[in-house]
Amino acid sequence: MKEIVVISGKGGTGKTSIVASFAALANNAVLADCDVDAADLHLVLEPDVKQTHDFSGGKLASVITEKCIGCGRCEEVCNFDAALFDGPANDVVEKTYTIDSIACDGCGVCAHYCPVDAIEFKDAVNGQWFISNTRFGPMVHARLGIAQENSGKLVTLIRKEAKKIADEEKKNLLIVDGSPGIGCPVIASIVGADLVLAVTEPTISGQHDLDRVVELTTHFKIPTAVCVNKYDINVKIAKAIEKKALERDLKVAGKIAYDIAVTKAQIAARSIIEYSSNGLKDQIVSLWESILDILKSP
Amino acid sequence: MEISDMKIAIASGKGGTGKTTIATNLAHYTARLGQKVQYLDCDVEEPNGHIFLKPRINRSREVTVDVPQVDLEKCTGCGKCGEICQYGAIVSVKETVLTFEQLCHSCGGCMRICPADAIKPKPLNIGDIEFGKAGDVDFISGRLRIGSVRTPSLIKEVKKHIKEDRLAIIDVPPGTSCPVVEAVKGTDFVLLVTEPTPFGLNDLKLTVGLVREMNLPCAVVINRYGIGNDKVEEYCEAENIDIVLKLPDDRRIAEAYSSGKMMVNELPEFKNHFVDLTKAIKAS
Repeated sequence: MKEIVVISGKGGTGKTSIVASFAALANNAVLADCDVDAADLHLVLEPDVKQTHDFSGGKLASVITEKCIGCGRCEEVCNFDAALFDGPANDVVEKTYTIDSIACDGCGVCAHYCPVDAIEFKDAVNGQWFISNTRFGPMVHARLGIAQENSGKLVTLIRKEAKKIADEEKKNLLIVDGSPGIGCPVIASIVGADLVLAVTEPTISGQHDLDRVVELTTHFKIPTAVCVNKYDINVKIAKAIEKKALERDLKVAGKIAYDIAVTKAQIAARSIIEYSSNGLKDQIVSLWESILDILKSP
Repeated sequence: MEISDMKIAIASGKGGTGKTTIATNLAHYTARLGQKVQYLDCDVEEPNGHIFLKPRINRSREVTVDVPQVDLEKCTGCGKCGEICQYGAIVSVKETVLTFEQLCHSCGGCMRICPADAIKPKPLNIGDIEFGKAGDVDFISGRLRIGSVRTPSLIKEVKKHIKEDRLAIIDVPPGTSCPVVEAVKGTDFVLLVTEPTPFGLNDLKLTVGLVREMNLPCAVVINRYGIGNDKVEEYCEAENIDIVLKLPDDRRIAEAYSSGKMMVNELPEFKNHFVDLTKAIKAS
């Protein structure tokens, strides 16, 4: 089984539209949406959810108001400014502490040091994850709760579950939609993958962000290919990106021209492969073929 | 509210909707009107504000966080550090203690609990912050070190440079989790930049949820107006969210953006949009 992860550095370069198209082109693939912060792949693939599970990425502290003596030890030991002296009165004191659940990092230090055991430290529910069927095969995806942490852990979980399905159902490909940036969810989505496809656009920002994302994949020693989307917006920069990629020994897997049909396909909840019959489709087919070639080569 | 000392976060949920375009043009344009303004790039994983504002950088500083360093001479092997750590960043095994710096969240639990006083803080570099001037705009930008996962910690450091007496424009990273929470926390107003597409709308809804959870006022900017459908407008109307700017889909904007040019300079006809935007923020 081979795993390909589509990321971009800069957001909005077309990752999800490309992943949806790959899903349509691939036979025998499992799909995973690891952009858990702002998941969009389901809008095109319209998954039929078969299983729903809660995700707990860690614990959260909360004050048991009746027990709190307002001593302030929690505030003193908290490194995340999450202990607030704004709770209601109880039988003992006029004012008690509360824990700001958005600021709480789940370290548990306050619960350990509270002299009267007035802090509960329990598993948090940070979101949900799903196993679904789509018209192109099984898909694992998630919804992170509002203002939640631990998106990296959720990404790791989704990839693990998707691989399990690939093994069980003897699928030979796992296609992963990644998130923008170079931080924790991106690292969690690329570590150990067979190939990263970095989708960029020919803008100075796109070029700058691609540099950083390639530094990241190099740091983790993951084979990386590049795709320049909307290349005709600025042909000069597109060429510069290709030249630099080749100098770094990265494969340029393909180029895609700007086309309003990409947006129209999204509105129709269709992949570009299903929606477009012109040159745009051909460009994506050729991108996909070169990805398969790269995966085959030793 | 007067705009002159507001702290405005420019966020989006979905990436690539035009946050940086709006943030840099707004900073540049208000400075030109004589407003004292700071631009703070909190999209520290992929900061792009410098490409458009082209600041002259005066200084920069490294940002570090404290991670544990264990003195094995003093360590008694009691294992309490590993018990309190929720992140798997410190583990006591037999005669030694292993630390995994990249997993550490700097809660300080291990250092506090160690009965032998064997754990001391050690600085770990997570990135840097650059300071400069872009015309009259004060420019401040964070840049996460490659391989670091401490995005929120760096954003927090960048925001410590916000000055009370002037307008601060905060360029927020994409997404809806901890880095975004850190970047919008404590601001007066969140401007949500979106596109009139299903992806834009879906991610806008998630971000509105976050902003409301944090009790912050917000308004919407629709970028590339005309490329998609009316669903974003319908949603904003149903949710009572003001749409303060509709920036038309125009290939010239995309081309100016691609080569790092400021829209208000390259395409003066769009300047009025920023006049209106400033007024709308004042009014809300």
